Amino acid sequence: MRGPTTVEPVPGRTDELIINMGPQHPATHGVLKVVIGVEGERITRAVPHIGFLHRNHEKIEEARTYPQIITYTDRMDYVSGLQNELPFILAVEDLLGVEVPPRAKLIRTIFFELFRIASHLVWLGTGMLDLGAITPFLYTFRDREMILEITEKTAGARMLPNYFTFGGVRRDVHPDFFKDVAHFLDFFETRLPDYYALVLDSPVFQARAVGVGVLSRERAIARGASGPVIRASGVAYDVRKAEPYDAYPELEFEVPTRPEGDVFARFWVRFKEMEESVKIIRQALEKTPKTGPYKGKVPPRVKPKPGARYRAVEISRGHLGTYVVSDGSERPLRVKHRSPSFANLQLIPDLFVGARFADAIAILSSLDPVFGEVDR
Amino acid sequence: MLWQLFVTAVKALVLILALLFTFAYITWIMRRGLARFQVRLGPNRVGPAGLLQPIADAVKAIFKEDLTVARADRVLYWLAPLIAFTFALAAFAVIPVGPDGWVVANLDMGVLYVFAVSELAVYGIFLAGWASGSKYPLMGGLRSIAALVGYELALGMAILPVVLMAGSLNLQDIVAWQQTHGYFILWQFPAFLVYFVASLAEMSRTPFDFAEAEQELVAGFHTEYASMKFVSFYIAELLHWITGSALIATLFLGGWAAPFGLPQIPVLWLFLKWAIFIFLVLWIWASWFRTRYDQMIRFAWGVLLPAATVWFLITAYYVAKGGAL
Amino acid sequence: MVAVFAVVGVAIVYATLFLSRLLVGERPKTGAKLEVYESGEVTIGTTEARVDVHYYLYALLFLVFDVEAALLFPWAPAFDKLGWLGVFEVAIFVAILAAGLAYAWLRGVLKWVY
Repeated sequence: MRGPTTVEPVPGRTDELIINMGPQHPATHGVLKVVIGVEGERITRAVPHIGFLHRNHEKIEEARTYPQIITYTDRMDYVSGLQNELPFILAVEDLLGVEVPPRAKLIRTIFFELFRIASHLVWLGTGMLDLGAITPFLYTFRDREMILEITEKTAGARMLPNYFTFGGVRRDVHPDFFKDVAHFLDFFETRLPDYYALVLDSPVFQARAVGVGVLSRERAIARGASGPVIRASGVAYDVRKAEPYDAYPELEFEVPTRPEGDVFARFWVRFKEMEESVKIIRQALEKTPKTGPYKGKVPPRVKPKPGARYRAVEISRGHLGTYVVSDGSERPLRVKHRSPSFANLQLIPDLFVGARFADAIAILSSLDPVFGEVDR
Repeated sequence: MLWQLFVTAVKALVLILALLFTFAYITWIMRRGLARFQVRLGPNRVGPAGLLQPIADAVKAIFKEDLTVARADRVLYWLAPLIAFTFALAAFAVIPVGPDGWVVANLDMGVLYVFAVSELAVYGIFLAGWASGSKYPLMGGLRSIAALVGYELALGMAILPVVLMAGSLNLQDIVAWQQTHGYFILWQFPAFLVYFVASLAEMSRTPFDFAEAEQELVAGFHTEYASMKFVSFYIAELLHWITGSALIATLFLGGWAAPFGLPQIPVLWLFLKWAIFIFLVLWIWASWFRTRYDQMIRFAWGVLLPAATVWFLITAYYVAKGGAL
Repeated sequence: MVAVFAVVGVAIVYATLFLSRLLVGERPKTGAKLEVYESGEVTIGTTEARVDVHYYLYALLFLVFDVEAALLFPWAPAFDKLGWLGVFEVAIFVAILAAGLAYAWLRGVLKWVY
């Protein structure tokens, strides 16, 4: 089903203002442009425009060798950088037939979940900022800094570490890694109750979030939503459970869901996910041997046999899938990314229309799009 | 007569310059204070501890290019910052900073005057939004009217019991009454609560800062203003904060009078009491969300106004019975 | 007194505006500088639409109650001379208005209409 693609003033109608929200707007999380029609403060029409951050990822990736592409995948959802590498790597590993050592799988899982927490912390800070609370931003970024430092110690880079590779990870973890992660988890578990108290329990926040931007279960499924957005509408869809990858089959965790589908539910689900991530990392830390192989046997020149493979992972924003077509050469014939924020953005007309202008901001931050990944 | 006029003019000039100086340093306090709440440093490069930052900001603002958008209604566009600034400033004229003579205008209806003048300042904001000929400012301007519709009544009804007990609309009399009978914050705690919440809206501070909600309306009513015209709005807005806090201190915390029989020093005691409320507002600003304006109106009409009215009737009954007078 | 204060205030604003004009001078203003800010895009349609003021019922009630407050303010300082009679009169006055508010509330007109 196609909706309207532009918003034009209706001739003769004088009570509707057409407003450009974005691309240069403080609350569009980068470069989204939504053209909205408002009657007073109620939104009558909304059409999202994307493409302001388009960098031609998929075409560039056709011209790069397989190891080079990993660097590009990092830069899709730059907020949860490391997570984006995994679907591509999993697909190529399948094509290569590479065996990943269990220890490498566990390390990958630990980093994967650490980046989920980091990404949700960025979302929390900026989301609060959108609702007018200016302080949480600094607090969550302080916590996120600890994760970035852990990543820097091991991988050498902070946000876009290019650390995962075919068959495992690029190098063994730093000797302090296990201690640092445990320390971070202890610290973070003392912070989470504060965030609960300051955000979810705040009556002002509840007034802004409960019953706002309600997304029905059917609509969420029809629009292909994923991640916290669909789980907040009562669908327990999580790639980590649906098509387990890496070390997830051996780890115990829950998929938090909530039936309401409003802004509050989406906030709540992300909070619970951070809690679950802490649990997952704790289990993985226990299971990971201190030493051992961190990478499987991979041929020096990565040339997968001809064929195609689609693998998906659950990144912070939802179902990120990568489809790799190989013709047997060093470069893929086609790489296609299925990004969660892109699909979630389709919900904008559904959720915005009928909402108030102030609510639109809350709804947008509850969808938590990252435009590096929407536009690719 | 002429001499009197001259004295008043000098007083006015001194007070205005003092206020502008306070304004300049309140920007510094605001930024440093918020930084403390947010585990960061704040401006600390210009001068010791960043103390010269306000001056640097002022110089920068003066040298900014002054733009007027083509769609603007030129007359109102120019008038709006002036209205906002003047009325924000004028409200302070009746607030006594010390005993007799330490006030620019010792009006017998001082409370009414403050009430009226601060209400007029909304015209500046609304006209700015309308005259800009732009969409975000228009919405900001309308929201400021919505805020006025919400808070103004609660504000008025919360002052009434105070006036009733003090038996005067003169702020000096209200201060004098508190010196003999004790502070109104003790006598009139419910009225104080209502008044404080309502004046947060009047100062357009968090949680009621939706008229210029940055994340929603870019910069609200002053989106199209640059250079000194923008600064006029900025000053006006912070002056509301300064005046509002001073007024709460005067109405409910004994104004310029010294507490606990300490020596009377003009300005000092008001300043200290004023600082309490400045800090309170900053604290709320650093820790709360922004409400939606319809929620604020509903809250003001559904909670603040009935509460203030009931408390007013209780006070009237108590005073008529012969208590407190 | 207050007038003097206001005049001095206005003078200061004009002085700063004039100072700015004096120091910066007039520059030609053309093109995009004259455009309104709308998130960096060209405005679509008119900026002079009729605006749906959803809170107009509140605004109407506001007028009524604001006049009430204006009447109560001069009454309050003269209160001690009026005594119990004054209390009853004002109680009736407030009660009538409160009844009006309650009526509006119960009829649902104060519900946010949209």
